[in-house]
Amino acid sequence: MKKNKVLIQNSITYALVIICWILAQLLISTGHMSSLMKGLLVPLCIYVILAVSLTLTVGNLGELSLGHAGFMCVGAFSGAFFTKCMEQAIPSVPVRFLLALLVGAAVAGAFGILIGIPVLRLKGDYLAIVTLAFGEIIKNLINVMYIGKDASGFHFSIKDTMSLGMDETGVVIVKGAQGITGTPKAATFTIGIILVLITLAIVLNLINSRTGRAIMSIRDNRIAAESIGINITKYKLMAFAISAALAGIAGVLYAHNISSLAATPKSFGYNMSIMILVFVVLGGLGNIRGSMIAAVVLTMLPELLRGLNDYRMLIYAIVLIVMMIFNSSPKAIEMRAVFMEKIKKNKKTAKEAA
Amino acid sequence: MAMLEVNNIGISFGGLKAVDNFSVTIEKGQLYGLIGPNGAGKTTVFNLLTGVYKPDTGHIILDGNDITGKSTIEINQAGIARTFQNIRLFKDMSVLDNVKAGLHNHHRYSTLEGIFRLPKYFKVEREMNERAMELLKVFDLDGECDYKASNLPYGKQRKLEIARALATDPKLLLLDEPAAGMNPNETAELMKTIRFVRDNFDMTILLIEHDMKLVSGICEKLTVLNFGQVLTQGETSEVLNDKRVITAYLGE
Repeated sequence: MKKNKVLIQNSITYALVIICWILAQLLISTGHMSSLMKGLLVPLCIYVILAVSLTLTVGNLGELSLGHAGFMCVGAFSGAFFTKCMEQAIPSVPVRFLLALLVGAAVAGAFGILIGIPVLRLKGDYLAIVTLAFGEIIKNLINVMYIGKDASGFHFSIKDTMSLGMDETGVVIVKGAQGITGTPKAATFTIGIILVLITLAIVLNLINSRTGRAIMSIRDNRIAAESIGINITKYKLMAFAISAALAGIAGVLYAHNISSLAATPKSFGYNMSIMILVFVVLGGLGNIRGSMIAAVVLTMLPELLRGLNDYRMLIYAIVLIVMMIFNSSPKAIEMRAVFMEKIKKNKKTAKEAA
Repeated sequence: MAMLEVNNIGISFGGLKAVDNFSVTIEKGQLYGLIGPNGAGKTTVFNLLTGVYKPDTGHIILDGNDITGKSTIEINQAGIARTFQNIRLFKDMSVLDNVKAGLHNHHRYSTLEGIFRLPKYFKVEREMNERAMELLKVFDLDGECDYKASNLPYGKQRKLEIARALATDPKLLLLDEPAAGMNPNETAELMKTIRFVRDNFDMTILLIEHDMKLVSGICEKLTVLNFGQVLTQGETSEVLNDKRVITAYLGE
């Protein structure tokens, strides 16, 4: 019985994503979608992937991570770097993009393990602060990094383009604060939705498996988990690394949606990390569908309210507070339960009457 | 051969000898009690046996294998499972999932097999569900398998903790004050359950308890701890009538 319940809930989540895709396609084909909204479609997918992946760390593993934008940044730059390097070698755009996604996920995942080994010894606020620092360090490191490629191979410097010392065939790929420019735009809304579905499948399947139970048992009671033979370090690292790898995928999608990728505070700063955390917390910790809806609403809202210019941020704040109360206040939850009960009763009486 | 053989283990915290020269031998299938006043070091003994603390001196031998100084996970895999004085369930997980978490090391499939839902996932999950439901049935919890663990009444939470410990397929089960906070009816039922577990699971059980009715009712042998040292040990009826035990713990 329980298994069916999980299955139904998961199917609803997948169905919601697919319905959104169909709706967007309909609006585009009938010409009812403004170019502003069209430009927002891929970022929406990116934010949803980020929110779902962070749910794994915050909701299921129970550790507060503020470095998610850092992993996204790693994924974005390694993915874009791969694409730039392979521009000639692999002419097919879809194949190159697919490989870039895998590279981005792998590098971000590897960083997840690397950062996770020292960081996961910490708990709570301390872990949050260290992950926050990681995000900032990554961003600043990339800002001073220069990588070029010529006939003799790769050149690396942290000073400027000149000090790369390349011959005349050399091309600079990563230009410090300017980042990577001229990445071909390969990301489309459909690819974004497919990636959202893949992310969802990975996270949902993981949670409802042996590994997921181990991860959640650590969250609920570390000492008891150890007493029944669960390897805490292993599963903590695994959850952290998978979450980082998925953020890397979002990063690659981001890199291939814009023409010039730079590690600015706006795109990969701590504000971004906190933004993703807000999605997760607003959606209800560990509630994947909730965090997806929060990501969509909070990304669209500032754009939709552009007409109201002066009041835009005010309304944004009010919506944030209302959502928080609706989702987390015990009174609101109680009211929702009573309301649902009423609906159920009405349905039953209607059925009995018929 | 003895299931558990503990030779002169001891541990100190700073200058305090919490447990000193503790020895005990428990035969296979025995129901053994560990009693003593508050602060005598009973739970510390449990923590030493399960590897939460490493003993400063002495040896612990489980079923012929030396497990002294091993980690909690290794000791659990060697065959010791425990419950806790203050219940430690996975409170946000379902009752069924609590037991399935206990089956973690016995029904295996890899993470990738889980993510990609390969045939092995379905096969092993089915085995896990069957085994977990079997265990829940023993404790009369099968009707509540969908409940969140924290929503169970107190007595059932205690039972669920025992079920979860049994799911790890131990040779020796350690129960830390299983009857704490239970009313007389619940305690009577718990006594029946503990006996049932011993008989049907072929289990060796060591328990800490303050409820003398439970101790005299089911324990075959007792060890009395006082100030970290063994005061006396032997048959239950003898120990409970011992003059020293009466003055130190039971009262005149």
